[in-house]
Amino acid sequence: MNEWNGKILADEINTHIPNSVVSSDKDSVNVEKEKIYEVLKFLKETSGFSFDLLSSVTAVDYIDHFEVVYHLKSLITLSKATIKTKLGFGREDQPEIDSVYSLWKGADFQEREIFDLMGIYFTNHPNLKRILLWDGFPGHPLRKDFVTNSQSIIPSEDLS
Amino acid sequence: MSIKSEPITINLGPQHPSTHGVFRMRVTFDGETIIDVEPIFGYLHRGSEKLAEERTYTQVVTLTDRMDYVSSMLNNQGYILAVEKLTNIQPEPRGVWLRMIASELQRIASHLVAIGFLIQDLGAWGTPLTYSMREREKILQMFEMLCGARITNSYMRPGGVFMDAPQQFWDSLSSFIDEFPAAVDELERLLTSNEIIFSRTKGVAILTPEQAINASITGPILRSTGVPWDLRKNDPYDYYEKVDFDIPVHDAGDNYSRYLLRVQEMRESLKIVKQCVDFIEPGPVRPHHDQVPFLLRPPKGDCYVAIEGSKGELGFYLVSDGSISPYRWHVRSSSLINLTLLREMLVGTLFGDLFVTFGGIDINMGEVDR
Repeated sequence: MNEWNGKILADEINTHIPNSVVSSDKDSVNVEKEKIYEVLKFLKETSGFSFDLLSSVTAVDYIDHFEVVYHLKSLITLSKATIKTKLGFGREDQPEIDSVYSLWKGADFQEREIFDLMGIYFTNHPNLKRILLWDGFPGHPLRKDFVTNSQSIIPSEDLS
Repeated sequence: MSIKSEPITINLGPQHPSTHGVFRMRVTFDGETIIDVEPIFGYLHRGSEKLAEERTYTQVVTLTDRMDYVSSMLNNQGYILAVEKLTNIQPEPRGVWLRMIASELQRIASHLVAIGFLIQDLGAWGTPLTYSMREREKILQMFEMLCGARITNSYMRPGGVFMDAPQQFWDSLSSFIDEFPAAVDELERLLTSNEIIFSRTKGVAILTPEQAINASITGPILRSTGVPWDLRKNDPYDYYEKVDFDIPVHDAGDNYSRYLLRVQEMRESLKIVKQCVDFIEPGPVRPHHDQVPFLLRPPKGDCYVAIEGSKGELGFYLVSDGSISPYRWHVRSSSLINLTLLREMLVGTLFGDLFVTFGGIDINMGEVDR
């Protein structure tokens, strides 16, 4: 399977959807949060890309912002690509992003998991509720500011 | 004229012997027909992804064992491949061959569990399950020789495996390779053309390839709909390019083809193990500590590695900030995502088909909830 070079893919996306790419490197393309649905729809439905399999969706907390990462695969062109988007700058309490549920049903549980553990709200998701934890659980545990009272195996001064 | 009865909602699980762990479904019936299903997860959620953030890269291997506890070797392999990609480690060839032998044996063991419990759920108490568990036991004993553990192996390390296999292992492996085809034949004689299994599984819970791909369903379920998609062939990792094997495909997309496909995949896995034994050569099983230290500090960055697990695409997303523990560790769990279409598969079928379909999907709650 070929991996799309992020820079080439970014040029392709930018020609069809102007002002959508923020930055790109050799592995991934970083797109504007507002354009994410449009970009992914373009990548799914345009022949030549035809990313019909949403391999994985996940999110990372980078303290000053969040990042949602989409790993796409194509069973037709046998290729894969990584699309990222940054959101929730300045510790926004309820960062929002468009759901891709209407493009790939496979996003259903994965987006619910991100909402549950990372606290990112997916607009237009038909059933956005907690999936692993129970309703009323305080906070979102995978955020870096979530306080755990566990005893860490590694002393905290060694972690840096 | 059809008579409408009043719908009734039943909670199945979390404590139910047929849910393969602690899974709960809120099922609404109209008479005996299922009209709605709502899966409810989380009873085995241990927060593995959060736990990994305060453990070193090698310690996280033990967390992967406890995800899908019937295919720990495959989890080890996927995670180690991600660490190797992130840290740019060149694995030792003998370590890689041992890794492939272990994970293909694990795939056989996992499929045996899937088949055994599927037939158990059909109501065949004992016999088929005992047949498949007997074979799995041989594999688990071989794992004990490899690493001292049967289920939670923690066998693999960045750059290879942690210990070379003893002579006893090779002896057991060669007798297993000789005996296993006959054992599969025996299991197949019992089940494959069995009238009861035909009538209970054929044409039940049919998926089309379009539905399956759209819902990110991978592994045996996708291949049972006629799509020859196997990451060992389509995106080869380790030395899968060097071995010769086929991808079994069926196009019925029902529970029977899922069962049959797993039987055929076991034979293919054995073929791979046989070739690995031929290819393996003496040498170190992992790089010396000078090249790969015990305490890894991968450079800043992220990577996603997916392998073909026993249940589908098993992906590991790792983010490093340059410290000794992962900044973020995400597992793309095939068990969870394969349940996406559970409702679509079950609605319209009868109560008796529920656990057959559920066994046909083959999930493991340890991996669903993590």
